Amino acid sequence: MSVIYMLLIISLIVALIFFVAFIFSVRKGQYDDSYTPSVRMLFEDELVKDEPKKFIKPQKNPTK
Amino acid sequence: MHNTKCYHCGDSCDKSTIEFDDKTFCCVGCMTVYEILSTNDLTQFYELQSAAGTTPKSIEGKYDFLDNSDIIEKLTEFNDDTIQIINLYIPHIHCSSCIWILENLNKLNAHITNSQVDFPKKTIRITYHSNQISLKELVLLLARIGYEPYISLDDFENKKKDSDRSLIYKLGVAGFAFGNVMFLSFPEYFDLASSAASGGEYWLNEYQQIFRWLMFIFSLPVVFYAGWDYFVSAYKGLRAKLLNIDVPIALGILVLFLRSTIEIAFQLGSGFFDSLTGLVFFLLLGKFFQQRTYSFLSFERDYKSYFPIAITRINADGKEEAVPVQNVIKGDRILIRNEEMIPVDGSLVCGKARIDYSFVSGESEPVIKETGDLIFAGGKQLKGVIEMIALKSVSQSYLTQLWGNAVFKTDKVTSFQNLTDSIGKRFTISVLSIAFIATTFWLFYDASKALNVFTAVLIIACPCAIALASPFTLGNMLRIFGKKKFYLKNTQTIERLAKIDTAIFDKTGTITTAQQSTAFYEGMPLTAEEESILKNTIRASNHPLSRTLYDLLKEQNIITLDEYEEHVGKGLESVKNKISMKIGSADFVGNIKTDDLLDTSIYISSNNSYKGRYVFHNQYRDGLASVFKSMAETLNLAILSGDNEGEKERLENLLPKLTPLYFNQKPENKLEFIKSLQQQGKKVLMVGDGLNDAGALAQSDVGIAISENINVFSPACDAILDASKFKQLYTYIIASKKAIRIIKMSFILSLLYNCIGLFFAITGQLEPVIAAILMPLSSISIVIFTTITTNLIGRKLT
Repeated sequence: MSVIYMLLIISLIVALIFFVAFIFSVRKGQYDDSYTPSVRMLFEDELVKDEPKKFIKPQKNPTK
Repeated sequence: MHNTKCYHCGDSCDKSTIEFDDKTFCCVGCMTVYEILSTNDLTQFYELQSAAGTTPKSIEGKYDFLDNSDIIEKLTEFNDDTIQIINLYIPHIHCSSCIWILENLNKLNAHITNSQVDFPKKTIRITYHSNQISLKELVLLLARIGYEPYISLDDFENKKKDSDRSLIYKLGVAGFAFGNVMFLSFPEYFDLASSAASGGEYWLNEYQQIFRWLMFIFSLPVVFYAGWDYFVSAYKGLRAKLLNIDVPIALGILVLFLRSTIEIAFQLGSGFFDSLTGLVFFLLLGKFFQQRTYSFLSFERDYKSYFPIAITRINADGKEEAVPVQNVIKGDRILIRNEEMIPVDGSLVCGKARIDYSFVSGESEPVIKETGDLIFAGGKQLKGVIEMIALKSVSQSYLTQLWGNAVFKTDKVTSFQNLTDSIGKRFTISVLSIAFIATTFWLFYDASKALNVFTAVLIIACPCAIALASPFTLGNMLRIFGKKKFYLKNTQTIERLAKIDTAIFDKTGTITTAQQSTAFYEGMPLTAEEESILKNTIRASNHPLSRTLYDLLKEQNIITLDEYEEHVGKGLESVKNKISMKIGSADFVGNIKTDDLLDTSIYISSNNSYKGRYVFHNQYRDGLASVFKSMAETLNLAILSGDNEGEKERLENLLPKLTPLYFNQKPENKLEFIKSLQQQGKKVLMVGDGLNDAGALAQSDVGIAISENINVFSPACDAILDASKFKQLYTYIIASKKAIRIIKMSFILSLLYNCIGLFFAITGQLEPVIAAILMPLSSISIVIFTTITTNLIGRKLT
C-alpha cells in the first residue's frame, strides 16, 4: 500500500506547480491591472492596410 | 448643416466646419490628428469606437523643461544611455480606442519600442530609444494626437511607488493551503479516526499520521505568513489598551493552531487545521474585498499635483531657461505662457494677464490684471504670455501655505473607531468570561475535559463572521456608489458618512454649475434690428462675458457691421444702418446710476440712450432646492462662500428658511468654522470643490469634492461626487445609514451561529467536523446576506 506515498507526492507536486505559477504571475504584475488585457485581447494583431477606397468600393450585392 | 458631429471628437461643429477626406471636423486640431492617424494606417481607431478622440491643445513651449536632464532623470523609471522607460498619466484615456492607439505608438514613431496602457490607472508605460527620440519629442507626439500627459510636481517627488501585492500573495497562500488541507482531511471526515480501534478502513488508518502531519505543514505558512498581520494588529491594540476585533481573531488562530498541533502530536485527534486555514482565507478575502478602490482617482492631492514641474525663468542675460519649480527664489523673473499655472505669488511686470482662479476659489470668471498688480499662485494664465517677478518661494505662497496646517498631517483613519472594533471590545470580554466560567465549571465536574472546553470556546467564538460583515457590506456599497458616480476613498468613509448630523456647502462651483450662467434682460425692450446688431457685435469679441452672452442670445443672421471697435477693459462699440450701439460696463455705456454693484452685468445703449442691461446670475444645480429641503429635515445646513453677498437674496429664496449663509469666507475661516462645529460635538460633512475648500474638506469628518469632470482637478478629500449626481447626495447619505444597519443585522446573525457553536463547546462535544461545517457556513451566509441586502439598497439608488 505504499503506493499512497507516490500518490501523495504526485498530488503535492501538481499543487506546488500551480502555486509557483501563481507566485510568478503575481510577481510579473498580472494582478496589477485586471481590466486592460481583456480589451487588448480583442484587437487585431496586424494593422489593416487602408486600400485606396475608390477601387474597392463594395458593389451592391443583391442577395444580401 | 445642423447637428454635424466632428468625426474625430464628436463635438458639434456648427460654428466652423472643416471638410477633409469626406469627413467633417470641428477644428484644424481634430483634422490634423485624423491626418496623422490615417497616413499611418491607424484609422481602426475610429472603428473601435466612433468619435473617441479629443481636440489637441496648443502646447508650444510648454514642455521645454523636458530638455533638462536632471528633470528627465527624476521622471523616468529607467534611464541608461540608449533606452528610457517612463510612466505617464494621461487623463484622457477613456475607451478601447484609446488603448489601441496608445499601444500602437510604435507605428507613429519607430523608435518607440513598447507602450502599454494600464486602463484603470489611466497610465501608459513607454519604452523608447532616448538617443533617437527625446522625452520631449515623445510627449509632444502624444499631445499632437490628443493624448497630452499630465506631468505635475507630484510625479517629480515620488515616482516609484510599487503597488503593494502582499495581500494577493497572502490570499494565494491561504487559499492554496485551505484547499489542500480540506483535501487531506477527507479521511477524517469519513469517520476513520474513531474507528481506528474497531478496525475501520485499514490502509487509511495506517497512514493517518502522514495525512495529519502534512496538514500541519500546510498550516504553517498560513499561521506565520498569511495570518501574521492579525497577531501584529492584536498586539498593537493590546499595547494601546484597546480590545479591537483582531484580539479574539488572533486568539482564535493561535488556540486553533496550538490545540491541533498538540492533538496530532499525542495522537488525540485530527486537529482543526481545515477550520484554521479556512478561517484565515475567508478573513483575507474580506480584506481584499474592502481594499479595492479606484486606482485612477487620487484622493490625496495637494498643491503639488496642480503645479507644473518646471517653469521658464529669464536669467540675467535675458535668456530663457527651464528650472524646477522648487528652485524659484524671490526676485526671479518668470515667463508664464498661455494656459500655464502661476506657481508663486508675484507681481506682473509685462503683458496683460487674464487669470482664471477657478482652482483656487471655484470662481469661473477670469480676473484681468495690469502691469504692477499682484498675482497669486494657483491662477492660470488664459491669454498670451506674461512676465512676472516672484515675491515669494513656492512653499511660502499664500495658497501653498494652507498645506502647512496641521489638519493635513493627521489621518482620519486613526482617529475613528469603527463599528467592528467597538463591537469587538464587548465581544472579546464576553467570550473570555464565558470561556473562564465554563472552564471553572468543568474543573469541578470533570477536570480532564476542562482544557478541552476552554480551547473549544475560544475556537468556536472566533468572530470570523463578525469580521467579515463589515468589509463585505461596505466593500459592496463602495462599488455600488462607484457605479452611481459617487467615489469614496475607503470603506470607512461610509461609516463616517452615516454619522453625519451637519452639512456645510461651499457656494461657487459646488451648488452652482461652473460652465453655464443665466442672464436676464432688464430695461427697455430692444428692437429686432438692435438685437441683431447686438449679437453680431459680441460675436467678434473674445471677452468671456461676451462669449457667454453670445451663446445665450437667440440665433441671428450674420450681418456685416459698418463700424466695430473694441475698447479693452470697457466694452464694444459698433455702427450699422445709423444705429450706433455701445455694449459694456456701466461707465462706458453712459452715466447711469448703478444701484447694485455686486451683480455682474453687461450694459447696452443705442444711439447714446441707455436701453438696459443683461444681469448674469449663477446657475444653481438642478434640484438644489429639493435636496436642501429634504436634507434640512435631519441635518443642520449652512453655506460658506468665498464670494460677496450678491446672490444672497436668490439663495434665501432657494434654500429652506433660516439656513445660515456666510459670505466672504477665506480658506482659513472655513477650516476654523468647521473646527468650531466639531468642538460642539457635531459630525460635519463638508461639500466643496476648489482648492480654497481643501482645508475645510480635510478638517471635516467627511469631505466630499464635487467635480464636473472626475478625472481632472479635485482637492484632497474623502469622496468625489460627480456633479450630475448632486441631487442624489441625500439619498446616498441615507443609503450609508442603511448599510450600517445591515452590518448590525449581520452581527446578530453571526452571534446566533456563535451561540450554537458555544453550546457544543461548553458541553464539551466540539468535534472537528462540527467546527469545519459551522465556520464556513457562518462566513458564507454572512457574505450572501450582506451582498443581497446591499444590492437591494443599490437598486433603489439612481
